[in-house]
Amino acid sequence: MSNDKIRNFCIIAHIDHGKSTLADRILEKTDTVAVRDMEDQLLDNMDIERERGITIKARAVRLKYTANDGEDYIFNLIDTPGHVDFNYEVSRSLAACEGAILVVDASQGIEAQTLANTYLAIEHDLEVVPVVNKIDLPSADPDRVCSEVENVIGIPAMDAPRISAKMGINIEQVLERIVTDIPAPIGDTDKPLKALIFDSYYDAYKGVIIYIRVKEGSVKVGDTIRLMSTGAEFDVVEAGYMNPSSLVNAGRLEAGEVGYISASIKSIGETRVGDTVTLAENPCDEPLPGYRKVNPMVYSGIYPADGAKYGDLRDALEKLQLNDASLSFEPETSIALGFGFRCGFLGLLHMEIIQERIEREYNLDIITTAPSVIYKVTLTNGETKYIDNPSNYPDPALIMTAEEPMVKADILAPSEFVGNIMELCQDRRGIFKNMEYIDDTRVDLHYELPLNEIVYDFFDALKSRTKGYASFDYEMLGYTPSKLVKLDILLNGDVVDALSFIVHNDKAYARARKIAEKLKDNIPRQLFEVPIQAAIGGKVIARETVKAMRKDVLAKCYGGDITRKKKLLEKQKEGKKRMRQLGTVEVPQEAFMSVLKLDE
Amino acid sequence: MNESSLGIYFHVPFCAKKCPYCDFYSVPFSKSLSSDYVDAVLRNVNHYGDNSFVDTIYFGGGTPSLLTVQQIEEIINAVRESFNVDKQAEITIEANPAALNYEKLTALYEAGINRLSLGVQSMMENELKFLGRIHSPEKVRNIIHEAKMAGFSNISCDLMIGLPNQTTKNIAHSIKCLSEMQVNHISSYILKIENNTPFFFNGVSEMLPSDDDVSDIYLFMCDELEKYGFMQYEISNFAHEGFKSRHNSRYWKCLDYIGIGPAAHSGYKGRRFAVAGDVMKFIGEPFQTEVDTDTNPFSFEEKCMLSLRLTDGIDVNKLGIHKDKIMSKLPKLIENGLIISDGKKIVLTKKGFLMSNSIIEYLIFE
Repeated sequence: MSNDKIRNFCIIAHIDHGKSTLADRILEKTDTVAVRDMEDQLLDNMDIERERGITIKARAVRLKYTANDGEDYIFNLIDTPGHVDFNYEVSRSLAACEGAILVVDASQGIEAQTLANTYLAIEHDLEVVPVVNKIDLPSADPDRVCSEVENVIGIPAMDAPRISAKMGINIEQVLERIVTDIPAPIGDTDKPLKALIFDSYYDAYKGVIIYIRVKEGSVKVGDTIRLMSTGAEFDVVEAGYMNPSSLVNAGRLEAGEVGYISASIKSIGETRVGDTVTLAENPCDEPLPGYRKVNPMVYSGIYPADGAKYGDLRDALEKLQLNDASLSFEPETSIALGFGFRCGFLGLLHMEIIQERIEREYNLDIITTAPSVIYKVTLTNGETKYIDNPSNYPDPALIMTAEEPMVKADILAPSEFVGNIMELCQDRRGIFKNMEYIDDTRVDLHYELPLNEIVYDFFDALKSRTKGYASFDYEMLGYTPSKLVKLDILLNGDVVDALSFIVHNDKAYARARKIAEKLKDNIPRQLFEVPIQAAIGGKVIARETVKAMRKDVLAKCYGGDITRKKKLLEKQKEGKKRMRQLGTVEVPQEAFMSVLKLDE
Repeated sequence: MNESSLGIYFHVPFCAKKCPYCDFYSVPFSKSLSSDYVDAVLRNVNHYGDNSFVDTIYFGGGTPSLLTVQQIEEIINAVRESFNVDKQAEITIEANPAALNYEKLTALYEAGINRLSLGVQSMMENELKFLGRIHSPEKVRNIIHEAKMAGFSNISCDLMIGLPNQTTKNIAHSIKCLSEMQVNHISSYILKIENNTPFFFNGVSEMLPSDDDVSDIYLFMCDELEKYGFMQYEISNFAHEGFKSRHNSRYWKCLDYIGIGPAAHSGYKGRRFAVAGDVMKFIGEPFQTEVDTDTNPFSFEEKCMLSLRLTDGIDVNKLGIHKDKIMSKLPKLIENGLIISDGKKIVLTKKGFLMSNSIIEYLIFE
């Protein structure tokens, strides 16, 4: 099939605006999936994605469509993640497409999170096809939404398809627009192979499967490919495309096509998203632009709730890493929590996802420590240290200078929220740079912010202050000197190393109070009262007390059913296993997590 | 009570009306079912009968007073034939005040019952209504009076505390009433919402007083009962001198008892076992099927767990190899007013009783 019958596109939508539902309908209408086989929201195939309504990792699928012009077309639908943590992955997915369907909710209109990705799409020269969804809702106002799209994004939208993905209304219009509006891919099949890796995953039988967009040249089974960033070479075992439920080994992929390669690759670390694939024998001159290695930005300790499960946790992390090269980990120990791992993540959502997957897919109870960024500390002896674990923070007397990482942050939001956003950024030690009006109602704020102020809960705080309308993106700026202190938390007089963290001196008191309060609310009352203290060095700067529990009794006689009494006690004891025994204090996992969400 | 003696418990699984907080096994009463049930009980009494020395018999339920006096008498006589029943044996029947009258009480007394356990729950009209009880405070007064006339000199009443909006005044009133009627024993339980009861489904949990408030009410109740001479001897049990429940004490002292009837439990000859809560199965079998409930019955932990429910507490000399570990944990508990110890015994305080699960776990299970 020639290139002019191929359409490579993705779908951009705000959470809940119907991306997955539309994808399902497209799959249905193209007869790719028999209706009876449909599971709702087919493309998001991780449980967590379904529940959170977000796409974590990109997926791609090939569909066949017979258009009104009577011709058969091949659609490659590439699903994109939608969160700032995975921004780089989004940009690589977009780079694999010629067009993007922009789904906008007919009653809610454009929301900020869509904007960033739409601009990103426009930046990548993608043809943006607006679609107004949920016209079946009583509150739908498609005219208003279309003119909003025109005003804010600056693309014609009055004739955009008006659909209901849920009810299956006007889906054909979307399919026709894909054919008529999105350009066919261009690329010379005779040139040396140049293909973009936009996703990869580990298959237990085939090894790493890499998803590629062939820009130029071709690749076939038996070829030796080279991954340009690492120089690693592999022999292609399969080359083909993705059905919604299986891989089809077509033997060959050509310029313009989206597909997969398997080449007995053992480690996903070799197949970096954004890297360029070429042929070892006839390599291209230079790689595709835009590749960068994604480095962890946030570190935290992950410990098994039950110390005996350390080995299981290591297995789980190893398996997760097979599918997620951006996850890094190495063993560490904590006095409070025992043996565990220091793990690196792209951001807080990434961290939460990994935690959830460990708990769900591997059925392990874990405890996670407060996330930390990497601090740069220069000691009085001239030595420079990078600290990603507050427990390793040097004695202040030995520190000459301490530096923390800064980011350049971009916040897009309706102008009515500017005050709230500025207040938040100020509170987070942000340095205001400038502000631009995108149109009458929307602004783009530029700030420099310390990374440690945004890793905890910045995105949540921003959303709650802007009714969910703000979108946020950031990039690393480098290190800047800062007045940092290490804050210790003591329970019943003992330091809990897993709760220690590094904070700016000016914010230490407020945070100490907040953490003490949070812990008080999250540590259940127990047999003895629990004093909670926050201290810098030896100096206590905040204190709370969890009062002793008063009632924990089985009053009833149960007609001589002694076993029931005993079992109730054992069950209660079992329930406490989810808690960490720190001295005589029992600390539930939620308490460790609660200190991460201080804005609530 | 003799260490080698035996108690016999009958679970009578019939109720005229199920109380909304109760999760004990019971089925609606019918004459023919109860007749088949009694036949099965008699077969089992005969089956277990080995002429052992029995000094407590207890009819619990359900509502055992729904059986006819003849049926109860038949069962008691069967026990006397199959076992060596002490002349002074304590023979208790649980009864719903609403289902009693003078004639029945007289007949029960003559049949050999010498202890009445009345499901009074409260002497406040509004509390009885909330609990779905079909008797009135007036009825309770009459029944206790008639019971005494019939010859009963050992009467126990159940009370319930921790009800929604229950004030200490309410409790003081109920206790005062029962004291005035000269009952000898009071069991006072904190209302607990059991799964799959009407209270559970009706969201009564939401209406309950806080744990702190219930704790205050419990401590108030203990003081109030002792004011009237009801001395606490177990977490929920209070008695005048000489009127502790000998049968229930078996449970806490790890002494033997055989439970007969659907959903009855036994602690017998080193085993703990139960009978399925299925009256049709019980009736249909020649002898009840015993299902072991505990792989490690009469263990040290179990004995401690039960002893610590009693004001007699644990004898330090019986701690064996666990003694040092347990003794080392005492100072903090003493400091917090949860236990008292003279070095020979370990006894929970009233405040300690309220926290007994945590304390037992801390002392024994950790």
